[in-house]
Amino acid sequence: MKRVLFSAFFFYSSALHAQSVEEVLPKFHALIAGLTFLFLIFYIGVPQYALYRARGWVGDRKRRYSRPTRVLPVRLPDYVRGKKVHILRQGHDIALSGVPRNKLIDRTIRHYAIQPTNFRGIFPIPKLTVQVGDRVKAGDVLYYQRYQPKIQHVAPVSGEITAINRGRKRSIIEVVIAADEQTEYKPLQPPDWKNSSREELVEFLLQCGAWPLFNQRPYDIIPPIDAVPRDIFISTFSTAPLAPDYDMIVNGHGEAFQMGLNVLTRLTSGKVHLGLNANGIYPPASEYTEATGVEKHWFYGVHPTGNVGVQIHHIAPIRPGDVVWTLTVQQVIQLGKIWTEQKWVADRVIAITGAGAEETGYVRTKVGANIGELIGEPHEKTRYISGDVLSGETKAPHQFLNWQHEMVSCIPEGDYFEPFGWLIPSRVAPSRSRTLANFVFPNKVFDGDTNTHGEKRAFVMSDDYDGLLPMDIPLYHLMKAILVNDYDKMEQLGIKELSEEDVALAEWRCTSKQPLQQILRRGLEMWREQEM
Amino acid sequence: MKKLREFFHRIEPDKKEHPLLHTLYDGLFTFFFVPNTVTTQGAHIRDKVDLKRVMVTVVLALTLCYIFGIWNIGHQHFLAIGQYTGLFEGLHLKFAFGLAKILPIFIVTHLVGLGIEFYYAAKRGHSIEEGFLVSGALIPLIMPPDIPLWILAVGVAFALILGKEAFGGTGMNVWNIALLARVFIFFSYPAVISGDEVWVAGLEAAKPGAAAQYGWIETYIFNPLFQLLGLSTFPDSATVVDTFSGATPLSLAFSGGWDAVTARFSPAELWFGAIPGSVGEVSKPLILAGMAILLITGVASWRIIAGGLLGAAITAWLLNLWGATPMMQIPWYYHFYLGSALFAITFMATDPVTASTTPMGKWIYGLLIGFFGIIVRVINPAYPEGWMLAILFMNTFAPLIDHIVIEMKIKRRLSRAKV
Repeated sequence: MKRVLFSAFFFYSSALHAQSVEEVLPKFHALIAGLTFLFLIFYIGVPQYALYRARGWVGDRKRRYSRPTRVLPVRLPDYVRGKKVHILRQGHDIALSGVPRNKLIDRTIRHYAIQPTNFRGIFPIPKLTVQVGDRVKAGDVLYYQRYQPKIQHVAPVSGEITAINRGRKRSIIEVVIAADEQTEYKPLQPPDWKNSSREELVEFLLQCGAWPLFNQRPYDIIPPIDAVPRDIFISTFSTAPLAPDYDMIVNGHGEAFQMGLNVLTRLTSGKVHLGLNANGIYPPASEYTEATGVEKHWFYGVHPTGNVGVQIHHIAPIRPGDVVWTLTVQQVIQLGKIWTEQKWVADRVIAITGAGAEETGYVRTKVGANIGELIGEPHEKTRYISGDVLSGETKAPHQFLNWQHEMVSCIPEGDYFEPFGWLIPSRVAPSRSRTLANFVFPNKVFDGDTNTHGEKRAFVMSDDYDGLLPMDIPLYHLMKAILVNDYDKMEQLGIKELSEEDVALAEWRCTSKQPLQQILRRGLEMWREQEM
Repeated sequence: MKKLREFFHRIEPDKKEHPLLHTLYDGLFTFFFVPNTVTTQGAHIRDKVDLKRVMVTVVLALTLCYIFGIWNIGHQHFLAIGQYTGLFEGLHLKFAFGLAKILPIFIVTHLVGLGIEFYYAAKRGHSIEEGFLVSGALIPLIMPPDIPLWILAVGVAFALILGKEAFGGTGMNVWNIALLARVFIFFSYPAVISGDEVWVAGLEAAKPGAAAQYGWIETYIFNPLFQLLGLSTFPDSATVVDTFSGATPLSLAFSGGWDAVTARFSPAELWFGAIPGSVGEVSKPLILAGMAILLITGVASWRIIAGGLLGAAITAWLLNLWGATPMMQIPWYYHFYLGSALFAITFMATDPVTASTTPMGKWIYGLLIGFFGIIVRVINPAYPEGWMLAILFMNTFAPLIDHIVIEMKIKRRLSRAKV
């Protein structure tokens, strides 16, 4: 260090006697370049990030084959050679610690709940058919919708109804069941999927309570009973932070998965599309790659490539007036088991993830499992989220996993003050901004916490959302169109192709901390009311 | 730090009773501490970056321009009176003189600007937004060093109240605040900001034989201080040397082309920045360093900067081909050595609020700024420099550019939907 300073001193001391600018200029250039370089290194916090203990990726089964770049050609894995691959160059992987380990955790879960609030558009309060103290079998009706009594919601397990919890305006938020040790199933007699008509199938699905398995895009609602979807889409992988490994989920359920797909092909006027993962070192599970009767599409790219909405956009976009359905893999398996096992098997494999988790891994349980029983010992300074950290919902340990979610994310609460955190950060956190050194160390893995890292501001940076949504949608302008209630522009810019999970990444990135998911939902609800 | 935080919590004023005081407190507290708010809805984790960090990056990118500008104010003054003409001679005097000029400008800008900002923040009941952090750093850099402070105060107040708060505050303004302050002064008090004479500070008049003037800061604070330290002091009486000409490179270029410029300033001097001009615009390497910081940190849009440079270069090259006046014959690359071309494109055009917001729109916006900037500079005899007007003009048209780009996008989406 001393030598560097001395040589710099001698280098510049001769310039002090310079008489003309020409003599000084080269040294001036060197000085400015050096100062700028040093400033950048220290300002973006390279020392902080270099000293921070880098945690390796946990488990290599799902490691990326390579990273997509914005311009250069990408290197695709061998198993997609000769196949058409949708290469999505936009997006961002948030590297969080607590990736679920490939092992099953043994947890006894006694309480389950079906939550009407998980389903959008149940209006008004549904009609209960059970009371506290009633005994139900798996597959027995719990409640039905008042305006559409044919849409019924059924119990995932057998047991006793222990509570019916109500929220604001006496709305029902949870129907809680204390499960028996051995689940008793209500026997089902499914019609032949190949030879019965679509009407017969629909009638049976409504009757056995399977209708809420379907999710309609746009709006993410339970589809009306007379709707015929243009296509049905299933994504067989997730790219969300800490997402579960979908190969683990389908393992051993190949037959049911295929049967579910078979039934789905009968329900749509179009095709059933399967989005396959071309990111891994190894090919995805054979249950996916060898599925029959469906169209398969390979996708290569970082988050949100695994989102079904993004895949729809690249396979067959939702045009005005179109209605499509989406299902998760576990829902397809559940649908298939109605035929293969002749009963309502609401099994789920739930991933327990995140830096705040006592133990990461997978738990075999059923829909709507109790959060506290899933995670083990709850910790006060940890936030438990049903779903992923970008678009999930905060849950207390006494609450229950949401219907559509397949993971519990446990991340530390971030209620700390950071002195001059905006100028000289003393903590490191995931970031996509190049004002921080994250871009110098792309492989660092962070715990992540719930601090907002700043306050909410008006929209200022217009290029924040660029490159975070691999769809032909100008997100910044769409958000502004929603904020000013411009119905036409919203639709023209593609609001109906979007769901909260698709804009969640942009919300994470937003410098002004704007609630994009909330704004988007407002716009979607405005449109839904128009079309009702 | 914990003690400081406890102290802050102890002095927190009541929001209902003293809204203005609470706004002030809140601004100060969030300056010292990133608050402990946690996410409540939507994404549970948030990016580490916030608006404060983005804005302060721009301010830090300007610091070198400030330091050089302070020295250059003094250097130009002493060149005019023919003392300490070497670059490193009388360094302390040059810096002291520059500081005495720029500190009052800086303080008045911030007093007026922050006062208005705080008042409106309290009135609207939201926290202080960081917009003025950058505007307040830019305004002193684009003013002549001798500007009367009351005119500056009026200009800043005009820009903030009518240009920003009337539209709803940070993020809502149509025109660049710093340039609005300057354009107000430019048209209301042209004598203090346009013309050749105003760019060398501390002279009675910009002509040979005029006396050098020093304020009370130089005579009563710096002179005794330097005497105490055994350094040379400001001269008691000095007059402008006979060979002095206050002409800026641009006015020389307009009358006599590149030859007239190089007869007085070598290209190296123009590049280095030891020339009369606004405080911040003179040294090109420092502006390029600032540009590098903004581009590497991604704070400024590279599309606007690339578009601006390209637009200016192409326009200047086309004018070279025409070559009707001496100014048109200046080689296109030397246009970046003159005036505030680089400074304006780097720091003014890239303001994300007033620029276009679509990627394609940013290219168009940048290209047109380059085009108009050179056109005004070369062809219009009334204005010595065109960047301020070019950028404000394109600020006005940025929403229109975005509208066209978005309509094109909608059309493309519709055509895809029909297939």
